[in-house]
Amino acid sequence: MTIGALIPNRKPQAASRAKRIVGRTLIYAALIFWAFVCLSPIYWTVTTSFKSAVDVTQGHLIPWLDFQPDWKGWRSLGLSPDTIFGTSNPREEFLSRFGNSIFTSVGASLLALVLGSLAAYGLSRFRYKFAWMRNDDILFFFMSQLILPPVVLALPFLVLYKALALLDTRFGLILLYTLTVLPIVIWIMRDQFNAIPVELDEAAFVDGLSVWGAFLRIILPLAVPGMVAAFILSLVLCWNEYFFAALLTSTDAKTLPVMVASQTGSQGINWWSMAALSTAAIAPLVIAGIFLERYIVSGLTTGAGK
Amino acid sequence: MRQASLGRALFLIASALFALVLLVQVLHASGAIAAGFSDWRPVLYAYLVWGIALGIRQVLLRGERGLRALFLLPAVLFTVAVVIFPTVFGFYIASLDWNLSSLEGPRFYGLGNLIGLFHDTYYWNALRNMVFYTLAVSGEYAIAFGLALLLNADISGRKFFRVVFLLPMMLSPVAVSWMIGKSLLEYRFGPAATLARALGWDNPAFFASPWIARFSIEAMDAWVSIPFIMIILLAGLQAMPKEVLEAAKVDGANGWQSFWHVTFPLMLPVSITVLIIRIIFKLKLADIVINVTAGGPGGATDTMSSFIYRVYRDRSNVGYGTGLAMFYLLIIIVLLSLLLRLSHRWTQKVT
Repeated sequence: MTIGALIPNRKPQAASRAKRIVGRTLIYAALIFWAFVCLSPIYWTVTTSFKSAVDVTQGHLIPWLDFQPDWKGWRSLGLSPDTIFGTSNPREEFLSRFGNSIFTSVGASLLALVLGSLAAYGLSRFRYKFAWMRNDDILFFFMSQLILPPVVLALPFLVLYKALALLDTRFGLILLYTLTVLPIVIWIMRDQFNAIPVELDEAAFVDGLSVWGAFLRIILPLAVPGMVAAFILSLVLCWNEYFFAALLTSTDAKTLPVMVASQTGSQGINWWSMAALSTAAIAPLVIAGIFLERYIVSGLTTGAGK
Repeated sequence: MRQASLGRALFLIASALFALVLLVQVLHASGAIAAGFSDWRPVLYAYLVWGIALGIRQVLLRGERGLRALFLLPAVLFTVAVVIFPTVFGFYIASLDWNLSSLEGPRFYGLGNLIGLFHDTYYWNALRNMVFYTLAVSGEYAIAFGLALLLNADISGRKFFRVVFLLPMMLSPVAVSWMIGKSLLEYRFGPAATLARALGWDNPAFFASPWIARFSIEAMDAWVSIPFIMIILLAGLQAMPKEVLEAAKVDGANGWQSFWHVTFPLMLPVSITVLIIRIIFKLKLADIVINVTAGGPGGATDTMSSFIYRVYRDRSNVGYGTGLAMFYLLIIIVLLSLLLRLSHRWTQKVT
């Protein structure tokens, strides 16, 4: 009797355990598969920058096992150990593009952060009325800039920048990039300021601080996490921007994406140097992605979660 | 009182200065007077000075309320200068017959560009492609939802997988164009082609026939943008009350049922937000197409932006290209306002 009662009980348990194991295996299989999908192009690019022509054509994949890594791609950029102290034109070009990318993306992100934080604080704390526009309308006005495709602004800017002597200047690019990330910064920062209790402002007023004093000395320090998130997100968007840079820069202010794009056409299958260049172009953001993932995620989720 | 008149005077002077600089430069550019600046940059500086004077006037005239307005003013002035003015200027260019490579300068053309656009089969082709790319967002959404559910499941190494799944979003589409489009998918030596051959596809040309090319481009764009959708859906999943799912479990719902009847409806508002944002960005898709296929084969992968980019770059047809862009903007505005209204009504019905 006891045995008979036990067996039917254990069977479903074993079945559900088997089901659970299958389920978990499937979950991990899916996770590993997608990790492979995400990482393989990056792995391929990084390893290809160390390959010689034969290794590329024969499809060797694993360093040391399959092929002997060589600094070939990096040498062509002037960034390998044996060439790094010599003079190298490609390296100089690369460094100038790299510098332009850093300068424009940091400059635009900072400018957007300043303009955006001010506007976001205003929108979160005060009630404005401008003609028929109230706070929500003003916010919508800023957000609606997001839908403008770059192609709509590109040509007017080409003509205007020519007249303003801003073509092919880093300052010109900074203005445009600021414009593309400003709505996102305002969105994130408004959320951030809304999360800070108004009582803090009021306490500051009681202490005799002005509106600006309260903002600069009390509220802004509390909003730093949001500012970091907004800054990093803007940095990513500006660093990767290609369309405006391709149309509005030619020699002086060319950014890294434009350099990468211009190499693809002209050099045939100079794979190792393209791979080295791509690796160098994505490396800063891959590193940022690994170490600052928390901020990027928090920036994105405040941006779209509400 | 003295403060107020000081503010007014200052603002008047700045306005007069701005108007004067503008007038001089317009006259100079049209050749009416010889005096003037070599470029229009002084107008920009004058605008800046005018903006500052406007701010000072606000503070002096309106006191506390002026100080508050000062928060908003810089962003508004900036946006007006770099968005509103260029867009309006764009509509003007769109009414011109202006080819940079021809010797004649711009010529007024009225609605000529608009009429020309209706006979341009490439334009409508690009628009059809945009419909495909936009619809493909649903596929991206499905994959991203799956990934978000995976990351939300009880797994070890979640942090690792989250970072790895996020990485593609960080990469520049131009670099991705080379990394995937021009090397991984390359016909002769690309590992993807080698793999496809091993699996029995004799002729793994990813960019030769229209539909395969379109799907290859879409796959690359999806690779870059799925992380974005995934992260936001994941945040939505994590914010979901745990009790609801447990209640469903108690009621005997299996995983699939509780997903369709509990998780999915609860995620609807987040889903709609992320889909709309994703569609907005999808409508700008250009970099990958420009760099991998340049719209080919025969315009099969062209997006609106990549097509207009070529009108500028290769044909230097400034007036016509801008006309195309402006018409596209109108389509986008109509489409998005419909979408917003529809989604608004839909979420209200559900909740």
